[in-house]
Amino acid sequence: MLQPPSVTGHTAPDTGALLARHGHDPHALVQILRELQALQGWLPRPALAEVAAGLGLTLAHVQGVAGFYRFFHTQPVGEYRILFSDNVTDRMLGSQALMADLCRRLGVAPGRVGEDGLVSVDCSSCTGLGDQGPALLVNHHQVVTRLDAERVAQMARLIRGRVPVPQWPAEWFEVRDHVRRADVLLAEPPAPGAALAAALARGIPGMLAEMKHSNLRGRGGAGFATGLKWSLCRQAPGSEHVVVCNADEGEPGTFKDRVLLTRHADAVFDGMSIAAWLIGARQGLVYLRGEYRYLLEALQAVLQRRRDAKLLGPAILGLPGFDFDIQIHVGAGAYVCGEESSLIESLEGKRGTPRIRPPFPVQSGYLGHPTIVNNVETFCASTHIALHGGAWWAAIGTPKSAGTKIHSVSGDCERPGLYEYPFGTRIGRILEDCGAKDTQAVQVGGPSGVCLSAFEFGRRIAFEDVPTAGAFMVFDRSRDMFEVARGFAHFFAHESCGFCTPCRVGTALVVKRLDKLAAGHGSRHDIDVLFELDKLMHGVTHCGLGATACNPLRDTIAKFRPAYERHLKSLYFEPGFDLDAELSIARHMTGRDDPGAHLEKLS
Amino acid sequence: MTVVEQSFSLDGEDLPFQNGDSVLQAAARVGRYIPHLCWHPDFAAHGSCRICTVKVNGRPAAACTVMATPGLDVESDTEELNAQRKTLLQMLFVEGNHFCPSCEKSGNCLLQATAYQMGMEGPHFEEFYPDRPVDASHPDILLDFNRCILCELCVRASRDVDGKNLFAIGGHGIGTRLLVNSDSGRLGDTDMALADRAASICPVGVILPKRRGFVIPIGERLYDQKSVSEQAEDRS
Repeated sequence: MLQPPSVTGHTAPDTGALLARHGHDPHALVQILRELQALQGWLPRPALAEVAAGLGLTLAHVQGVAGFYRFFHTQPVGEYRILFSDNVTDRMLGSQALMADLCRRLGVAPGRVGEDGLVSVDCSSCTGLGDQGPALLVNHHQVVTRLDAERVAQMARLIRGRVPVPQWPAEWFEVRDHVRRADVLLAEPPAPGAALAAALARGIPGMLAEMKHSNLRGRGGAGFATGLKWSLCRQAPGSEHVVVCNADEGEPGTFKDRVLLTRHADAVFDGMSIAAWLIGARQGLVYLRGEYRYLLEALQAVLQRRRDAKLLGPAILGLPGFDFDIQIHVGAGAYVCGEESSLIESLEGKRGTPRIRPPFPVQSGYLGHPTIVNNVETFCASTHIALHGGAWWAAIGTPKSAGTKIHSVSGDCERPGLYEYPFGTRIGRILEDCGAKDTQAVQVGGPSGVCLSAFEFGRRIAFEDVPTAGAFMVFDRSRDMFEVARGFAHFFAHESCGFCTPCRVGTALVVKRLDKLAAGHGSRHDIDVLFELDKLMHGVTHCGLGATACNPLRDTIAKFRPAYERHLKSLYFEPGFDLDAELSIARHMTGRDDPGAHLEKLS
Repeated sequence: MTVVEQSFSLDGEDLPFQNGDSVLQAAARVGRYIPHLCWHPDFAAHGSCRICTVKVNGRPAAACTVMATPGLDVESDTEELNAQRKTLLQMLFVEGNHFCPSCEKSGNCLLQATAYQMGMEGPHFEEFYPDRPVDASHPDILLDFNRCILCELCVRASRDVDGKNLFAIGGHGIGTRLLVNSDSGRLGDTDMALADRAASICPVGVILPKRRGFVIPIGERLYDQKSVSEQAEDRS
């Protein structure tokens, strides 16, 4: 029985109306492609040509942008597009077997669309649900959490029955906040606008001084002094200044920004508004990662409520000239866009390739305007600093690392979720609080961070000891740390933007070597080559992605060497393939299968 | 107007520079060779090949993107940096399909010449052998993507000099590739001409004029006569 392909709302899109809604602005290209794909499932070449013509861009340029982002499809995909989150924590919860089960039930191969065009099933980088995995994305819009065999079986039935996704069981889409330990940021949020009013009362020089006194450093990983960044941007010449909130929370194992945007969106927007007032910005942008698309409507509602309350728009809080509004840009699956200059390129509708710096965004950022890019958590912290003052914030934590830090705890522990501590907290304390037992290792700060083994659990979270962007993945003694590193290596190769030689080729070479070791063909020479690649990539890449891509490799080889040596077949050279298997074609052609035609039987 | 003499140190020797120079620009101007592939004196820095990576005051940086300032201490011609360059070159060789003996660009190829200069004797890594069909659709110009090193010089030349915007970059990661701008995606359906800057800018053998193969015999070509570093010295 033929049914119209209406289950996912696919209709012939009115591309003209879509382009008009975006004012035919080429800088809106990524948003236009997103919305176009949401209407028709994928992006056929004629559609790209129509977009190119409507925006005054070349087809090759539009094709290049579409081909950059992992969530854009330039080949047909299923009416239902299922992407399993493929972080190591999802795997530890059994995601791979569940994915194989779903594929088997639906009769499709991973990464391929079935002949009936109904469904495609594939993997995606971490979806930011490590505390409630295994998780998956449906049609780049909804998320399904806490997958198990029963959910997968039922999902296969729903897809076969072409039941529209909004009619799937509501509890599947439930995303829990799991706030396990709250300090100042995760506690009861301040009233919307209260911090903004407090900042205005302090005056611009006063509030900037509070920011500097607070010693707040950016929470996205780089740790640049926030007050200094804002001062530099304020001083930078330019007719327009721009505030950007980096909500591209792509570091595997990190999900704190998801919760802040869910529970404390007003605190984030208050922080952005304070920054706008200080640097003289009228335009604010939130770069929301594509995986968090399901948060969009709620965030738009918060923005509208703020406009109605005169906390956004013209003359905010009645102050003439304080005009500021915030738009949300939704990403399309690209980890590298967490790097601020890639993020700006993406906001401008281009491929997310990191820029050459200098100039830095504070001098020349979005569309060439002086721009500050700060993490979600940094803006939240700024809100609290406006309310309570810089000295109050600086008194929390350690002298070099002021304030608190939110950790996204996942992996082998009884109580995964968010834990907020003052800087200076011991790794071991966090492990105790989350109920981790028999812990072998912790990956702090995600794959680009550091892997700590048990003898380092006395170290402390701080910029001067163990810095972190917020991920805290726990591995007990049953885990193979070689496999953990191999998973991360695949992640970096998948997410390399492809711009510079060492990252584009190096991440692929690391994957080849680790896969060779995993297949049992590894030798000591392969480990030497891995060391060589690690050393090279730390020094010569264009951006931090390539520079940190070998961190998990380096840490695990150094600290868990037996995990690697278990995979070594011999200490000497081993070919990267099975010699005897390679002879099978010759055996087939010659009709031989006698012992003399088998390599291992010769000698 | 008086020109104030400014200089920095390159491998222990003073090197004068002009305002706005990158380290690589300043070096090229006076004939000091810093190996490079994606950089070209007529175009803005790109920073993708990383072959020009030097140490500036002890820290690695691409010489094409670091601005020259007085008193910088730049190391380039060191064993460590040249070994790194050799590894980067090997990466570029295994990533594509480079068969120098049968390549029309052999002897005129910057990739090949730089590999000789850095003492590269073999690929070191396993080959990727990517599947990259050639585009022979244009009457006068052949595109052999097997040799592309993604320097984007053709993208830049076509956009910034020819005003035709015939190329773009597509894909990501190891699947990054050069795209041609036409409805079919083939060069034959563009207005590219042999006189275009983009037609002669390719440092390797991707963009080649048809019917001119081996007009200059192997052995008499640019880098057959002088090495890439000697050519750099001559150009100053």
